[in-house]
Amino acid sequence: MQKFWTRRGTAVLGGLTVVSLAVLVVLGLFVSDPDFQQGDAVRLMYLHVPAAWISYLAYGVTSLASALYLWKRTRAQVWDTLAGASAEIGVLFTGLTLALGSLWGRPVWNVWWAWDARIVSTAVLFFLYLGYLALRKVPAESAVRARRCSIAALVAFVDVPVVHFSVEWWRTLHQKGTVFNRELNPSIQGNLAWALLSGVVAFTFLYLYLLERRYRLALLEEAVEGRELDAAIAERRAEAEAVPGARGVPERVV
Amino acid sequence: MTLLRQALLVAGKDLRIEARSRVALNQVLPFAGIVLLLFAFALDPDRGILPRVAPGLFWVAVLLAGLLAISRAFAVEGENGVRDALRLSGLDGAAVFCGKALAVAAQLLALEVVLGIGVVVLYDLHLHNPLVVVLASLAATAGLAAAGTVYGVLAAGLRVRETLFPLLVLPVVAPVMLGATRAWEAALSGAPSEAWPWVQLLAVFGVIYTTMGWLAFGPLLEET
Repeated sequence: MQKFWTRRGTAVLGGLTVVSLAVLVVLGLFVSDPDFQQGDAVRLMYLHVPAAWISYLAYGVTSLASALYLWKRTRAQVWDTLAGASAEIGVLFTGLTLALGSLWGRPVWNVWWAWDARIVSTAVLFFLYLGYLALRKVPAESAVRARRCSIAALVAFVDVPVVHFSVEWWRTLHQKGTVFNRELNPSIQGNLAWALLSGVVAFTFLYLYLLERRYRLALLEEAVEGRELDAAIAERRAEAEAVPGARGVPERVV
Repeated sequence: MTLLRQALLVAGKDLRIEARSRVALNQVLPFAGIVLLLFAFALDPDRGILPRVAPGLFWVAVLLAGLLAISRAFAVEGENGVRDALRLSGLDGAAVFCGKALAVAAQLLALEVVLGIGVVVLYDLHLHNPLVVVLASLAATAGLAAAGTVYGVLAAGLRVRETLFPLLVLPVVAPVMLGATRAWEAALSGAPSEAWPWVQLLAVFGVIYTTMGWLAFGPLLEET
């Protein structure tokens, strides 16, 4: 029954993702007018902004799950698995945010990269969590790895505002009025706003779907690991029994 | 035994090992020196670029050599089961953290003094506002040592520690390096008032990373 429900739930989530992505394609590529300053490049924003939002959401989930793991009352392996799954998606979407922003910057700002506070802190964030993922890949006993990674995730989480403030200061002390101020234009309206909103909704569904899939996959990986270990132990036992004179061989053979 | 006394014991042990093995003196310092030379090869020294970018180069050199010093501080724990001995010694995790961070900070400070002389001599840098420069360096060293010690114990004992440790620690200490460079730049260009916010920011980083280490070090030391 439980299995049936999760399968059904995944299917529903997947369906919602596909439908909302289709809506985003229609709104973003056909319904939305080109921006009077950015032209058609504004359509990249319907992906860039939601991708950035999802990466923050994903890191938030990672930090929360890590905190729940470290707190003794709620300690359970599933929190660590969830934290890892979410961080992977977060790194993917941070990379997407940087790549899409770069593609957008080329026609609008005429540069692939700007030393803007937010861009630089996003890049540092990307490396910060790449390191976290690398740490997760280090083989260890699951409880050891979970504790180690949970602490690393929380340290990274504490570091996010530190990076943000220092970079913000750096750029505002040196160059007044960065290009990004224009992007914060609150007068976004009409079909552009709808397209952006549909992007956020579609990406949120996509995140939830990917998270659910990745989480299940991680559980399966753990199960396979356990089974392989059991099989290996059974094999060694069988080998030992096949050798004459070894421990466990019945006396009557001799 | 008070926490301070425990911390000083650990720091004393580390510094004594260092004084006897002389790895920092014979390997880390020369490495930092060659890094300074390489910067001069990369940026033509005749065009006057070096004195202008010297603060940044100085801190990059400190960071690179500091990575080696921190790795070394945890490599000595890996031998002869010292890590287990530390755990069994009954010392408080926070005290072990403070001790190791203190020893690392002392080595970093020595490194900074030598590299400082290096940039003054090699890059023709004039040290204005020495008080601001020294305070900024002290605050930055506290942040570097604390953050480095947290990740040092995290990576210690892993098979991939040599490659994983820099990847983990560099994004975390990037703000420290940024703040220290800006503070030095402002102080050296004769605008100490612009340096003070950075010094304060560096001090805040130092406090944050030290608190983090204080809380996280014990559980991390216990794990493997």
